[in-house]
Amino acid sequence: MFALFFALPIGYAVWLSFRKVHVSGLGLGSGARSEVWAGFANYTAAFTDSELLDGALRVLGYGCIVVPVMLGLALLFALMLDSEKVRLAPFTRLAIFLPYAIPGVVAALLWGFLYLPDVSPFYYVLDRLGMPQPDLLDGGPLYLALSNIAVWGGTGFNMIVIYTSLQAIPAEVYEAAKLDGATPTQIALRIKIPMVAPSLVLTFFFSIIATLQVFNEPTTLKPLTNSVSTTWSPLMKVYRDAFGTGDIYQAAAEAVIIAFATLVLSFGFLRAANRRNKRDLGPGGAR
Amino acid sequence: MSSLAVRKAPSTAGATGTARSRPPLRGRIAPVPTLTLLLGAVYCLLPVAWVVIASTKSGSELFSTFTFLPGSGFTDNIADLDAYRDGIYWQWMANSGLYAVLGALLSTGVSAFSGYALATYRFRGRETMFNVLLAGVLMPPIILAIPQYLLMAKADLTDSYWSVLLPQILSPYGVYLSRIYAAAAVPGDVVEAGRMDGASEWRIFTRIALPMMIPGMVTVFLFQFVAIWNNFLLPYIMLSDDERFPLTLGLFTLLEQGANTPALYTLVITGAFLAVIPLVALFLVIQRFWSLDLLSGAVKS
Repeated sequence: MFALFFALPIGYAVWLSFRKVHVSGLGLGSGARSEVWAGFANYTAAFTDSELLDGALRVLGYGCIVVPVMLGLALLFALMLDSEKVRLAPFTRLAIFLPYAIPGVVAALLWGFLYLPDVSPFYYVLDRLGMPQPDLLDGGPLYLALSNIAVWGGTGFNMIVIYTSLQAIPAEVYEAAKLDGATPTQIALRIKIPMVAPSLVLTFFFSIIATLQVFNEPTTLKPLTNSVSTTWSPLMKVYRDAFGTGDIYQAAAEAVIIAFATLVLSFGFLRAANRRNKRDLGPGGAR
Repeated sequence: MSSLAVRKAPSTAGATGTARSRPPLRGRIAPVPTLTLLLGAVYCLLPVAWVVIASTKSGSELFSTFTFLPGSGFTDNIADLDAYRDGIYWQWMANSGLYAVLGALLSTGVSAFSGYALATYRFRGRETMFNVLLAGVLMPPIILAIPQYLLMAKADLTDSYWSVLLPQILSPYGVYLSRIYAAAAVPGDVVEAGRMDGASEWRIFTRIALPMMIPGMVTVFLFQFVAIWNNFLLPYIMLSDDERFPLTLGLFTLLEQGANTPALYTLVITGAFLAVIPLVALFLVIQRFWSLDLLSGAVKS
């Protein structure tokens, strides 16, 4: 199973990335098109392709908005849920977690309509107030619009992960802190946040991975605006090359590059996080 | 979070599950946290509330009346959706259900077995296998999807139910979670004792280990279910016949066609509304059993 659906496809992708179609003669007849060894030609093509680089930069910009905002909100909500004398906690916890259950495509679709001037309530209100109406689906605001969808969908999940580990902190720790005269804010900053650091590392890690793989949201918004090109994110470009223009070899090379970059980034990040944790907590600390 | 599943779930985080005791609420409420959480809830519920209301509007009302005023076209919208291409929408919903239920069941089974094997047996290449698995969790889905598509094409399986079901059976993340869970839930002594009594390895797994792993496997099943129900990329690549589309893909194609014909907007909106209902319902039912400290425990192993 593992080999069939996992190892084999990866191996096949790497193999394809070194191949290309060689057209001999006029490209007519059955023998005219044949696969030949291409060496690193596909890779050099990918690295010199400005579309791929632009896509990577777009995703970088998008990630710089999504990850801090989403995790900041998740941490904030988790701390608020965990604080004393808070009302309506079960209801709000469920409400904030709810978007996790909504498919990314449907989420993008819903927000897409909320961004459309013709049907959006925001535009209606702005219109009544006589205020200017920004085009959310173009230029800079497009990043905010796309980021908002990811933040909306991901905050609740991360909040639950952080909240669960907040709940695991023994009550004695707080009692000791209170005896020492710590305020709730001090407890939150000095005790709670450091103690949930492993969860923060986990959520940060998953958020980065998800960000690098952004595909559904821009693809879904594409029919609503002209500003999302078919190569907006690197994965969209891979898709376009593989199934739109039909150059699976080029697409395979790009896919391998993206996979490699993802792996280097994530393992680098995990190692850095491990080293930091070991230094902070000593050997045997949370890994 | 003090549900059965949570309390049973082992956690490397220590004594989780039982929420620590808090002083009872006496009249006073903390305004800042409550208000912050309420704002968060409003933000998260806003698009859902919008789609609920928008689905009640007829085509002309959608563009003319204030968004949060209910319209009068709900039954018409449902009828339109039902009539669209002979009710293909219901076919999409049935497909989504088929992919998600069957796919999640199969993949939970495979995950439980591989996770148990990885946690219990020492064999050569175990660590390598586990690292490859971890890499699999991080692998962008499209890297796998292109060669999977080509391989499926070679096996003449593209554009079939199989092409969407089969690749989702092996989920690196599911195996990863299962391994962590099996390591924590199934004591080595018990497996040893089973061997001493002469039980076969298969019998030990099905009769002793599996029942111990059930609470964790419920979580894995739910994760797989949501992941497959929400999956878009794989069916997008594999399928071309819209009779086999899941909901996500169906709605997307509807939106693509509808972008130029606002008459289809109401269909898309009503379709989106109906698509949200099953998962939200499932979600409300199961959220009590959702043992998420399995997840937060995952970081520390």
